[in-house]
Amino acid sequence: MTHPIEDPAVQSLDGLSRRRFLQASAAVSGGLLLGISIGGAGPAQAAGMMYTPNAWVHIADDNTITLISARSEMGQGVYTSMPMLIAEELNVDFRTIKVAIAPPNAKLYGNALLGGTQLTGGSTSVRDGWEKLRVAGAQVRMMLVSAAAQQWNVPEAQLRAENGMVFGPDGKKASYGALAEAASKLPVPEKPALKDPSQFTLVGKRTPRLDTPAKTNGTAEFGIDVKLPGMVYASLQQCPVIGGKVTGFDATQAKAMPGVIDVVQIPDGVAVVADSWWRAKKARDALHVQWDEGPGAGLNTTLMYAGTQAAASGGTPIPLKAIGDADAVIKSATKVVSADYVMPLLSHSPLEPMNFTAWVHDGKVDLVGPTQWQDGAAGAVAKAVGLPPENVALRTTFLGGGFGRRIDLDFIIQAAQISQAVGKPVKLVWTREDDMTHDFYRPMAFTQMAAAVGADGKPTALTFRLSSQSVTGRIFGLPAGASDPLMTEAAITGYAIPAARYDTVKHDIGLRVGYWRSVSHALNAFSNESFFDELAAAAGKDPYEYRMSLLGSSPRYANVLKLAADKAGWGTKAPAGHHRGIALMEGYDTYMAQVAEISLDKAGHIKVHKVTVAADLGRMVNPDTVEAQIQSSIVFGLTAALWGEITVDKGRVQQTNFDRYRLMRMNEAPQIDIVLVDSKEKPGGIGEPATALIGPAVGNALFAATGKRLRRMPFTPENIASS
Amino acid sequence: MSTTLKINGKPTTVNAEPDTPLLWVIRDEVGLTGTKFGCGAGLCGACTVQLDGVAVRSCQTSLSAAAGKSVATIESLAGTRDEALQKAWIAHDVPQCGYCQSGQLMSAAALLARNKNPSDADIDAAMSGNICRCGTYGRIKAAIKTAAVQMNHG
Repeated sequence: MTHPIEDPAVQSLDGLSRRRFLQASAAVSGGLLLGISIGGAGPAQAAGMMYTPNAWVHIADDNTITLISARSEMGQGVYTSMPMLIAEELNVDFRTIKVAIAPPNAKLYGNALLGGTQLTGGSTSVRDGWEKLRVAGAQVRMMLVSAAAQQWNVPEAQLRAENGMVFGPDGKKASYGALAEAASKLPVPEKPALKDPSQFTLVGKRTPRLDTPAKTNGTAEFGIDVKLPGMVYASLQQCPVIGGKVTGFDATQAKAMPGVIDVVQIPDGVAVVADSWWRAKKARDALHVQWDEGPGAGLNTTLMYAGTQAAASGGTPIPLKAIGDADAVIKSATKVVSADYVMPLLSHSPLEPMNFTAWVHDGKVDLVGPTQWQDGAAGAVAKAVGLPPENVALRTTFLGGGFGRRIDLDFIIQAAQISQAVGKPVKLVWTREDDMTHDFYRPMAFTQMAAAVGADGKPTALTFRLSSQSVTGRIFGLPAGASDPLMTEAAITGYAIPAARYDTVKHDIGLRVGYWRSVSHALNAFSNESFFDELAAAAGKDPYEYRMSLLGSSPRYANVLKLAADKAGWGTKAPAGHHRGIALMEGYDTYMAQVAEISLDKAGHIKVHKVTVAADLGRMVNPDTVEAQIQSSIVFGLTAALWGEITVDKGRVQQTNFDRYRLMRMNEAPQIDIVLVDSKEKPGGIGEPATALIGPAVGNALFAATGKRLRRMPFTPENIASS
Repeated sequence: MSTTLKINGKPTTVNAEPDTPLLWVIRDEVGLTGTKFGCGAGLCGACTVQLDGVAVRSCQTSLSAAAGKSVATIESLAGTRDEALQKAWIAHDVPQCGYCQSGQLMSAAALLARNKNPSDADIDAAMSGNICRCGTYGRIKAAIKTAAVQMNHG
C-alpha cells in the first residue's frame, strides 16, 4: 500500500479504485473530494506528489504534511487533538501540518469503542485514538528513519527524526518530504516503541486549536456553505406528524413561483427545488400537501409520560446487576426512602440546521456535508438510491454542532433522493422549524428508586429501575430482552451498598428518539444524585459528608468530590441568598464532581451563579480543550435542567423555534471554575459528562435553598411550585 | 428586480425579489457564506451583520430595506480595527463548533464601536441576542475585554 498519490484520501479508499475516486472527486469539487485545508475554504492540494506511508499520514514531496482525523469536528476539538496524537510520535512542527477528515472507510478509520463503525460520539475519540494514533505516527517516523539509513548507508541508531527532518552523522539531513517516496515503499513496522508519556512534547500541553482562525473569519466550511458546480437548492415539506406519508399534493402555485426548477415527492415529503434556497423555501410554503398522518397522530405528552411510568411497574425488567436480595432487605426494613424521577423529551438543536449536499449521477453518489457517522451515511444512501455502498463518496465538512443529532441520517438520505429525482447536485437545507419538529428526541424517562436505611443513615439496600426508550434498539437493532448499554450508563455508582438491584424497562412511546449529549448519564445521574441527596437529608447529614462516608473503596470518586467541595468553599457561608448543591458521577471513564451555587427570585426563577467542577479524566491531550468541553457541557446541561422540554400534542411537536425552546444566553451563563486532576490513568472522555451532572447539582442546590425536592426536570417556576 | 447596495465597501447589484432576506442575498447571491442561518426568526443572532454600522439580524432584514445602504459581514473584519477582535478570539480559543461565531464577532464589533470599555453588564446586554449552543460565553466575554484593551492601546 505504498504508491504515490495525488490526494491524501485516495490511499485510504481501500475497496474503491483510485481512478474511480478521482473521477468522483473531480466531479464534486473540480478538485479533490477529501482534504479540507485548515482554512476550510477548499481542498488541501499539495503541489507535486503525495505519499502515504500509512492511512494517517500523507507527506508531499514539498514537505507538506497532512494528518488525518477520522472523527468529525463538531466543536469538541478533534480537528486538533487527533493530529496531536499522531504528531507527538511523528516529530513534526505541529503549527505547520494540515488536517483532513477521513473519507468513509470503517476498516481503516472505524471506532473500536463503538463496534468498529466510523462514528463520532460517546466521548470516544481520544480514548479510541490514544494508542492507535501514536502508533501511526511512530510507524511513519520509523519508516522515514529507515529510508534515510538506507540512502546514507548508516545505522538507524545514528539517526534522529525531529521537526520534520531526519538528521544523521556528519551534518547529514533530509526533510520528511525528500524521504517520503522511499519511506512509503518500506514495510510498515507493526509494533513501534512509543514514547514514555514523560517525554511528550505536545500531548498534554495547552495547544491552540487549528480550526480557530477559520472560525473567526468566515472561511470555515460548514455543510450549509457547500457549493458544487450546477448545484440547486431544496426545501422539504415533511408531515407535521413524524412518520406521516404524502397522499397527494398540488404544486401548481409553487411551480409558478420565481426560480422554481422542480417539485418532487420523496418518501419523507415533498421537496421544492429552486435556483436559490430562499426561493425554494417560499415556494415550499405555497405547496398544498395532503397527508396520512399515521399512528403518530394520536400522540401526546401526557399519555407518553403515563405509559413510561406504567411500564416501570407493568413492563418486563431487564436485569443489569444484583448484589444480594435488595428487595427482601427493603421489604423488611424499618426505614425506607423511595422516590421517582421524571425526565422530559429534549431537542438537540445544534445551531446549524440539518442540511446535506448530494449528487446522484452516472451510477455514483457524491455527498458533502456534516455527519457524525460516515460509513452509516454511505451505506444508508446507497440503499436508498439503489447503488452499492462503494459507489458512494463522502466528504465531511465542519459540523455546526452535533450533540448526537448528526448520528442520524434522515437528512442525508433525503438530499440524495431529491438529487436522484432532479438529476442535479442538490443542497437540502432544513428550516429551524423543520429541525426542531423532526428531531430524534432525547428519550423521556421514569425512574423508581428505593433504599433501606440503617441506624447510621447509610443504605443497606438499594433498588433502581429506569423505564425509558432504547435509542440503540432503533439505530442498531437489539433483541427485546437485551439490555441497552446506552440506557444504563452511570446507573451503578461508586457508593458502597451491601445489597442492590439495578434493572431497566424498555418502553417505546411511539416517537422517535436519538442519542443526546451524555445519553443515559443525564437520566441516571439525575436519579442517583438526587436520591443520594435525599438519603443524606433523611439521615440528617451534610450531603458532601454523607457521600464521602460511602466512598471508602472508591478513591477516584472521593478525590474529585473533595477537590470540588474545597474549591467551591463547601461548608463555608455562601453569599447572601445563595445556596449550594453537590453531585458526583463517573462517566466515559471520567470521574467528576460539581458544586452549583444558585439563588431564586420571588417568582421562582433559578439563577445559577457559579459552577465548580473537579474532573479526573486520566491523561489529557489538550487541557485547554478539556476545559472548553466542560464549560460547554455545563451550559448545555443547564439549558436542559432549567428550561428543556419538548411536548407533543396530536402527534405534533409543539416547540418550533428558540422562542419556545429556550437556549441559555450569555447573561444567564454562570461563572465556571474547573479543577483538573493531574492523573496518569488511561484517558477518559470529556465531551459529555459535565452535561449529565449539572442537573442534579442544581436540583440539590434548590433543595438546599427551599427544602423542596424537584424530582422532575426542567426546574421551571411551575414545576418548583407544584413539587 | 435589481437592487444596489454596498457590501463590505464594494457597490454590489443583485437580482432578487425585494422581500428576500438580506441573509440569503449575502449567502446565495453574493456568495459570502460566513454569515449563518440559525433560526430565520431573529432569535439566535447567527446571521448578524452590520447595516450602516448597526448590528442587525440579516434574516429579518429585507433586501429592499438594505437598498443603498452599507452592509458589513464577517469577511470585512480583517485589516480593520476590528481585527483585534479576531485576534482576541484566537488568543482565547473561543470557537467550538464555530457556527455562531461570525454573528458573535459582528455583535461584538458593533458594541466596541460605541463603547470602548464595556462592563460585564454592557457585554451581556449587547451579546444576549447571540446564542452559542456550545456555550462559549465565558471565553467570548474574555475575548471582548482583551480586544477592547488592544483597541484602546493599539
